[in-house]
Amino acid sequence: MLNTLLVPVLVIGLAGFLCGLLLAIAARFLHVFEDPRIEKVTSLLPGANCGGCGYAGCADYARAIVEKGAPPNLCRPCSAAGARDIAALLGVEAKAAEKMVALVLCNGGDVRSRRSFLYNGLAECVSADMLSGGGKTCRYGCLGYGNCARVCPVGAIQTGAHNLAVVDPGRCISCGLCVKACPRNLIRLVPASHSVHILCRNRDRGVMTRKACDVGCIACQKCVKAATGQGLHMEGNLAVVDYTLPLSPELVGVCPQKTIHQRPAGPLP
Amino acid sequence: MKTIKAPFKLPNTLHLHYHKEATAALALEVMPAPAVVQIPMSQHLGAPSRPIVARGDSVGLGQPIAEPVGAVSAWAHASVSGVVKSIGEGLSTSGRPTTFIELENDGLDRPGSTLQPRPDWASADGKSLIPLIAAAGIVGMGGAGFPTHIKISPPAGRIIDTLIVNGAECEPFLTADQRLMMEKADLIWNGIQILRHILGGPRIRVAIEDDKPEAIRAMEKAMARADGDVEIVSLPAAYPMGAEKQLILSVLGREIPSGGLPADVGALVENVATCAAVYEAIVLGQPVTQRVVTVTGPLIRRPANILARIGTTLADLIAFCGGLTGQSGKLICGGPMMGVAQIGADVPMGKTTSGLLALPRESVRLFDSMPCISCNRCVRACPMSLLPCTITSAVEADQLETVEALHTLDCIECGCCSYVCPSRRPMVQLMRQGKARVQLARRQKQEQEKAKGKQG
Repeated sequence: MLNTLLVPVLVIGLAGFLCGLLLAIAARFLHVFEDPRIEKVTSLLPGANCGGCGYAGCADYARAIVEKGAPPNLCRPCSAAGARDIAALLGVEAKAAEKMVALVLCNGGDVRSRRSFLYNGLAECVSADMLSGGGKTCRYGCLGYGNCARVCPVGAIQTGAHNLAVVDPGRCISCGLCVKACPRNLIRLVPASHSVHILCRNRDRGVMTRKACDVGCIACQKCVKAATGQGLHMEGNLAVVDYTLPLSPELVGVCPQKTIHQRPAGPLP
Repeated sequence: MKTIKAPFKLPNTLHLHYHKEATAALALEVMPAPAVVQIPMSQHLGAPSRPIVARGDSVGLGQPIAEPVGAVSAWAHASVSGVVKSIGEGLSTSGRPTTFIELENDGLDRPGSTLQPRPDWASADGKSLIPLIAAAGIVGMGGAGFPTHIKISPPAGRIIDTLIVNGAECEPFLTADQRLMMEKADLIWNGIQILRHILGGPRIRVAIEDDKPEAIRAMEKAMARADGDVEIVSLPAAYPMGAEKQLILSVLGREIPSGGLPADVGALVENVATCAAVYEAIVLGQPVTQRVVTVTGPLIRRPANILARIGTTLADLIAFCGGLTGQSGKLICGGPMMGVAQIGADVPMGKTTSGLLALPRESVRLFDSMPCISCNRCVRACPMSLLPCTITSAVEADQLETVEALHTLDCIECGCCSYVCPSRRPMVQLMRQGKARVQLARRQKQEQEKAKGKQG
């Protein structure tokens, strides 16, 4: 009677003890050290896994920050405070992480830029661009078929009624996916604090630009002269903003073509 | 020499209304060289040529004005004598931006060709003639524009046992090759003999669709005393009979493996116009400076088959044919199935421009495409036996792996799927998209692997 109870209890108990011992030994000798900070940093990141930082996701980036000393300010969706928190946790200095937003460098919607023919093909920018410029007279301007809007993970881009992609800077998490999606390389990430922009990428001569669009840069250089070369410069036939320097909002009035805009760019008439 | 019927049947073909009656009976007309020609730098498959003349230079007819860049490229020559007016940018007939050399014609046709004629080609080493063909700027004149000198130098280990001469011309409306065969059959046959000599004596199959009996008769006459294994193959008239892979299948019964080349099955296909160009280059020392273009369509006042200089603008071609009879709806370079719609008539023709088709506004209908209804018509129409409906849906859903697994890269972009689709879905465009994306993904993967290899 006693045996029938005692033996199984002893056997199971002994087996449990031995297994526990084995685990304890294994835990001691096969231990892999995982920095607890990795988990903490991961929890501080937004978890969107957008890949904008250049790593395979938030966890991968957190590992890179802790183990490889990657800068903590690469996460674009993070606010500056978020980067500061991470830096404080690791005891490193957070370099000024500037909030970047995507900007479409074209303002020539259907109202302002002319169509050269009726495009009845695939409603998609790459295909349209391959066929004689997709019906847009300007061969640099936004085609408006919304490849950028389709890749945007937060729905910050709208092509609107005038077939012109516009980014909502409030929603943009600066992941940079739209930059890669645009076949005409019209989108770039600019500092959110920078308010004055030249919304044109047309590198043709002024005569040609004027034929194609009402708001294209005609390379008159008035803005460059007004700014005395500070903060913007000419690249061939196109004035380009140098985003490392501030720019005076007064330049908006200088441009005869109304190419220079102060953000947020006004809605189309 | 005998004429046989095509021994093998194609799985899927379309029977289109050919519309060739307007120009089939019209003899070739030589168009006087226009006052200004624009020579495009990308008239061929591969890298665009690089101009070797500068503004203000004086050039002679046939003088090389642009050199090839990289392995797959071609020479370009002045098609008139005169002065280089400008070198500028513009759209080519394929709808892509390219560089142009604009020449002002002095009307003298002063010879400037640097090619050494080789009337004694039969006694020369075959391989020594290939550089001559390259220097003459000869590319596949059927439409693809692949440089001929590369095509006739098969990769090591591949033996070409059959040269198929493509006189099918299956695109509706076009009669350029047909007229060339009817009027210059001797020229073509001489060109074929030169190619045969270069390739080391393969058997010859001249493939012509059976709706062109006069062309078959003309070629029969020219080749009556041909020696060796030479046959004319009369193909059933169907689209896309003239496509390279379809032609090989129909004539030889050999299927090119997925992703392979005709050389993999021992065949080589050359267009009849290319053969004529080979003769002109080797025997007469003339580079490619002109070609036959069919200018046709309901809107052309006087449809014609024209021998025009390369670089003649479409507007000049139309003007030579008496202009348009009404409001233009669509201008297409090439045939209606695979041709490219143009945005204007100020685009110059290139070496591959076989036709110009003008359609009136009434016949051009805008359409919205509807969802796929799984009717399977595209599957039954696809000459490559692909599944266009599944592939295009996968392209739209961005499922690249499915797109690749369904052999999208084997698509020949013939347009049969778009033609039969009752939902008017942009099938070819989606297939083209799918091809481009798969190729891009492969390139990126290769680059990644290369980078990894460097690290490791």
